[in-house]
Amino acid sequence: MRDEAGPTRRAAGELEAAVLAVLQAAESALSPGEVRDQIGGDLAYTTVVTILSRLYAKGVLERHKAGRAYVYTPVADEPGLAARRMARVLDAEPDREAVLARFVSGLSGTDEELLRRMLGEPSGQADS
Amino acid sequence: MHLVVYLPLLLPVVAAAAARPLADRLPPASATWLLAASAIALAGASSAVLGLLALTALVRIPLAAAIGHWSLHVVSSNDPTSLPVALAACVLLAVAGGIACRALWRRGSALIAAGRQARRLPGTGKVVITDDEAADAYTLPGWPCRIVVTSGMMRALSQPERRVLLAHERAHAAWFHYLFTTAARLAAAANPLLRPVASAVGYTVERWADERAAAITGDRPLAARAIARAALATTAAPPRRSGPAAVLGAVTRAPSMRGAGPVPRRVAALMGPPPRPRLLLLAAVVLLVAVSGVSALEAARDLHALLEYARAASTSPHPSGT
Repeated sequence: MRDEAGPTRRAAGELEAAVLAVLQAAESALSPGEVRDQIGGDLAYTTVVTILSRLYAKGVLERHKAGRAYVYTPVADEPGLAARRMARVLDAEPDREAVLARFVSGLSGTDEELLRRMLGEPSGQADS
Repeated sequence: MHLVVYLPLLLPVVAAAAARPLADRLPPASATWLLAASAIALAGASSAVLGLLALTALVRIPLAAAIGHWSLHVVSSNDPTSLPVALAACVLLAVAGGIACRALWRRGSALIAAGRQARRLPGTGKVVITDDEAADAYTLPGWPCRIVVTSGMMRALSQPERRVLLAHERAHAAWFHYLFTTAARLAAAANPLLRPVASAVGYTVERWADERAAAITGDRPLAARAIARAALATTAAPPRRSGPAAVLGAVTRAPSMRGAGPVPRRVAALMGPPPRPRLLLLAAVVLLVAVSGVSALEAARDLHALLEYARAASTSPHPSGT
């Protein structure tokens, strides 16, 4: 049910983020077909190609010709550098934690246990 | 001044006690608006009352009385505020003012630094994926806000769960949630009794974004699962890869949330139905804030009347009322 809206109605940025994540997680350069396979779901091949070209145009991706198609890799660690620089600058601010709207805040030990129980996962470190 | 002057100083205690139950029961968007606005109003009223009490000390200084042309005798014999109380108010007001200024400065510089970083992030898109093993995701306040998700977090979540995360962070950005939390934090700096209200606002903006994400994906259990898995991914021990068997549905009822932190409470809230509007609760809070405001105004009117009277007394040769 959740995917009935189809790729066209998904926010474009969301798809770009997903594609970029797949490429960053990958060991080597990926072709559009491989990207689509890793994302899974109902994405059309052409949609993936469109997103990849858009990301390439933005300078986020590099690409090389491999056979008939292009393969894509994320541009060298530029975003990672930016993130580390950001962390350093914000660490200096006393209110750093307060201004970042974090998806999830830190968990206490009991919170972690509680969440694992809610997820139906085997709990705790006892069995590991 | 009457005893009613002390009411705005006491009502924040009530608000502090009510903040968490309200945050849990009201729909998060209205809870956020209500709590942030109440915090500002209550902090304003209590600061105004402290200011008025401090003024009653100032008007007893002979020099001030001479400049303002009021009768010192009339002021000190008609004002029910004792001098020690008035002096204590002076001290409290100065301390609260200092703390509020420092909080404003700190929050302001943190926001400016974050906004600068948001502009410097690579690319022009709203969402930036950073290459970082540690699972993390946050919205950088700014104009516009930018959303940062680490590749570690992306890897920790399935594709539908990533949609929940992005919808959640987009809600933070779209509604400028940092403005609400900043307003509540400043109110709590001006009146430390309001701290629980400020924490409640921090919680309700997260709930607000959670509910938006659940509405956008149309799948509450999915949203709950995404939050739980993201939270476990950010802890030192990475979550076990337990495959599709890890469904929240495995637990039909959320376990007791007594003493639980914000993340389990958010997950539990998504496992239940969306909260319904509660007009009675809303009305009760509005009433509380209104009482506080009216009391502060009443106190201001009292002081004004007293000074008018004392001024009239000082200009007539035989002061009446003595």
